[in-house]
Amino acid sequence: MGGTATVVPRIPGAVLLPLLALLLIGATLAGIGIGAVRIAPEQTVAILLDHLGIKIDVAYTQQQDAIVWAIRFPRVILAILVGSALGVSGAVLQGMFRNPLADPGLIGVSSGAALGAVGSVALGFSFLGVATLPAFAFVGGVITSITVYLIARHDGRTEIVTLILTGIALNTVSGALTGLLTYVASDQQLRQVVFWSLGSLGTATWTTVGGAAPFIILGLLLIPRWGGSLNLFVLGEREARHLGVNTERVRIELIVVTALMTGAAVAVAGVVGFVGLIVPHLIRLIAGPNHRVLLPACALGGASLVLLADLAARTIASPAELPLGVITALLGGPFLIVLMLKTRQAQGGWA
Amino acid sequence: MFRRSLQFAIVALAALLILGSPLSAIALQDGAATPAPAPQLPATVTDVKGNEITVTDVSRIVPLSGDVAEIIYDLGLAANVVGVDVSAVYPEGQWDGLPTIGFERQLSAEGILSLNPTVVIGKEQAGPITVLDQIREAGVPVVIVQEPQTIEAPTLKIAAVAAALGVPAAGEELVVKARASIDAAIARAATSTSKPTVMFLYVRGGGTQLIGGKGSVADAMIEAAGGVDAGSAAGIAYFMPVTAEAIVAAQPEVIMLPKSGVDSIGGMDAVMEIPGVAETPAAANNQILVFDDLLLLGMTPRTGEFLQELVTLLHPELPAFEATPAT
Repeated sequence: MGGTATVVPRIPGAVLLPLLALLLIGATLAGIGIGAVRIAPEQTVAILLDHLGIKIDVAYTQQQDAIVWAIRFPRVILAILVGSALGVSGAVLQGMFRNPLADPGLIGVSSGAALGAVGSVALGFSFLGVATLPAFAFVGGVITSITVYLIARHDGRTEIVTLILTGIALNTVSGALTGLLTYVASDQQLRQVVFWSLGSLGTATWTTVGGAAPFIILGLLLIPRWGGSLNLFVLGEREARHLGVNTERVRIELIVVTALMTGAAVAVAGVVGFVGLIVPHLIRLIAGPNHRVLLPACALGGASLVLLADLAARTIASPAELPLGVITALLGGPFLIVLMLKTRQAQGGWA
Repeated sequence: MFRRSLQFAIVALAALLILGSPLSAIALQDGAATPAPAPQLPATVTDVKGNEITVTDVSRIVPLSGDVAEIIYDLGLAANVVGVDVSAVYPEGQWDGLPTIGFERQLSAEGILSLNPTVVIGKEQAGPITVLDQIREAGVPVVIVQEPQTIEAPTLKIAAVAAALGVPAAGEELVVKARASIDAAIARAATSTSKPTVMFLYVRGGGTQLIGGKGSVADAMIEAAGGVDAGSAAGIAYFMPVTAEAIVAAQPEVIMLPKSGVDSIGGMDAVMEIPGVAETPAAANNQILVFDDLLLLGMTPRTGEFLQELVTLLHPELPAFEATPAT
């Protein structure tokens, strides 16, 4: 079926992972060194080293110090955390649901987080100060995902289709509740949430990083354990079980870990779409579907993508800043169309 | 020959008058007639959060909203402004060519810092708050002034901005002028016997249609102009989404809308399409009024002037108002 296809040569994991690591390092350096304010590279290095206790003989101002250490560095770290969380979660969900269109939003994390965020603003909560909105968003995202799982569970088992449908249903309910809260909230309150929901790393501080890091790093460290199981999931539910995978336990563990990672990412960065969708597909095109390579590669690739997208967001319209979610959506939409057309040409589609 | 030189003299004189009058008009405008006052620095103010802030240099100012920019212009310090937000539209053409820092509520720390400001001034709604903290951490004083949603707002803002920029005397002058014009408008409204029901509709794009109610700036303006705020009478607080029943039940005699909002939905025709509007007395009597955003909602030094206009529009039975020319 389909005509002659240009097959992209596969790059083995042993080559791809170091390449992606190099890309990430390069993107990190670019992210710390480039911005609306011009700071010479040697000054950037001096500032970073100074905070680590090493003094070198290069002068810089207090403002430059604040920009590199208090503004750019935490922002870059947060971009890496958010990007890797979203990239890996996308790969996990696509493998678990055997569905190329799955992304973290499917299990209700994004809509639950949005509900939490709007809820905290509309009901006027601020007992955690600036951290109130992210905290509520995180809790909202995690609770919604767990609820999706629990509703879909029957007789100690969940079926994929049931999970997907429950996810859709809960996304709709979350959206409706969010709409209701939007209705009762004042216009003032809503403006705060609108910008959050467009996705932005603009509120990155060391505190924000400290809040999100534990969940995301924990998730990133744990996820590779399931690389082999996910490879078997692809064969089908029954086949995987026959091959010794405890599909139910793997499913709930993966949902919990993904919910924690994505919940934390969405809580601090707002709704950043398409990263969980694009990155796994791109990596699969280059390196094949082996999850042992796919998962770490998606972490590295996702981190680089968000880093570079954020760099674009804060330099293109300088001194104003574009919302990150807008940039990733502008990248993701056309990408999806191209991907669909190429796949149809190469193998007649996914069906 | 004498006639020709006389003709030439007349033409030259006419040319001088024609060319000179805009210049003198500009000279008569508030803020530019008096030479820019020398700011008394350092200026220490307590901002709305209770923090004490010391401003030592006002040579590079970044106002975070259009009304603050306008106040800075009126204080004679417009030349010191190095960047503005998207709402800075008055005076027209004044801020062209300056870099824009984006939206007041979604600022970028590094973006603002790239303008090398020596002081940043904004209102309470400027944000995100972490961005303002980051700017402070970089050593740039950030002054946040109060904006109560009452008719006191213009004078309070002027005083706060002037204090922060070290020009309290010029600020006091502006405050007196602003208060006088606002009080005059309120007094004039009080002489009228009519109390028309006025409704304020905020529209933006296809998705936002809101009725203004108690506690909104529009409410304060309507009450000050001697009208009855229909939204507030219907029990609406701040802004609520439009319902046709609410609009028709309120039976407003006048409906006010912001100009940028009306433009964003496609003009007056689209306004008449808003559910309920076509059935109101306001629509029947052609009393749907559209005003410049900053003028209507900005609580700027021009608020008093605008209030007089509003009073005339709401109470047509009053004798015409003669604005005293600016001296």
